[in-house]
Amino acid sequence: MRVTVHVTRRPEIADPQGTTSSRALHDLGYGEVRSVRIDRTIHMEVDGDDSAAIRARVEEMCARLLANPVLEDYEVVVEP
Amino acid sequence: MTIRAGVVVFPGTNCEHDTVQALRSLGAEAELVWHRDHDLSGLDGVVLPGGFAHGDYLRTGAIARFSPVMDAVRAFAGAGQPVIGICNGFQILLEAGLLPGAMLHNAGKYVCSYVHVRVEQSDTPFTGLCAKGQVLKIPIAHGEGNYYADPETVEALEAGRQVIFRYVTPQGEVSAEGNPNGSLNNIAGICNQARNVVGLMPHPERACESALGSADGKVVLESVVSALIARA
Repeated sequence: MRVTVHVTRRPEIADPQGTTSSRALHDLGYGEVRSVRIDRTIHMEVDGDDSAAIRARVEEMCARLLANPVLEDYEVVVEP
Repeated sequence: MTIRAGVVVFPGTNCEHDTVQALRSLGAEAELVWHRDHDLSGLDGVVLPGGFAHGDYLRTGAIARFSPVMDAVRAFAGAGQPVIGICNGFQILLEAGLLPGAMLHNAGKYVCSYVHVRVEQSDTPFTGLCAKGQVLKIPIAHGEGNYYADPETVEALEAGRQVIFRYVTPQGEVSAEGNPNGSLNNIAGICNQARNVVGLMPHPERACESALGSADGKVVLESVVSALIARA
């Protein structure tokens, strides 16, 4: 099954990559950009056909490795 | 008696030789420990050196924290023995939960230069020979040294005297000017509650010879060698 994981930095935590990218966009003439945040999407192909079981395993993967709980939240989307 | 230090090598670590050299120049025995080894017996202290373990892929230190050696490092630290994480090593200790908090990208850019850090506490194995308030000129070379922890954790660190090194101006002032990467409260290095595990972003092993720019880092490694000899 295809699984997509969205790992997002919690909004109250600074995102220097986003700020730097925003500045770069301004330098290129896109002054209308007010803010940029850069997050991460992880695409997975996982064996099995029980979506609930797969979801549980991937959430475990997120808690252990794919996301840093100090900084990030995650959302797991299992494709039907 | 001779102190034996283990310097852990992950795929992508690149500061292990400088670290071994610095320790040996202080009279300690130093050996490399491969990240798949799990035997730290006979070692008196462990260093997680700088570099780019696993290419910093996913998040810096995120994969290294699961290396087989880290179970042994955790037990070693749990037994109260000294562990120091330098730069990438500090990042690995954070991901492993052996120290609280996390690293963000630097507020500006990758910084490779000398900075000044102030020793905030001298009651850790790595600062025993330092005076509180002593300013050391040590180089940093990192893109992700912007220390972050949630407000409760930061408050606990400060109240518990767990901030060991702080970025300062050459005159020893804690200010934005003296902060190279945006680190919260100018934090450059911290210790755990038991005060035997220290992590810092600057590289003391690169400041052990004045001919190379500064010998201020020597005292950090000297402190632990001396503390271990006294303990023996």
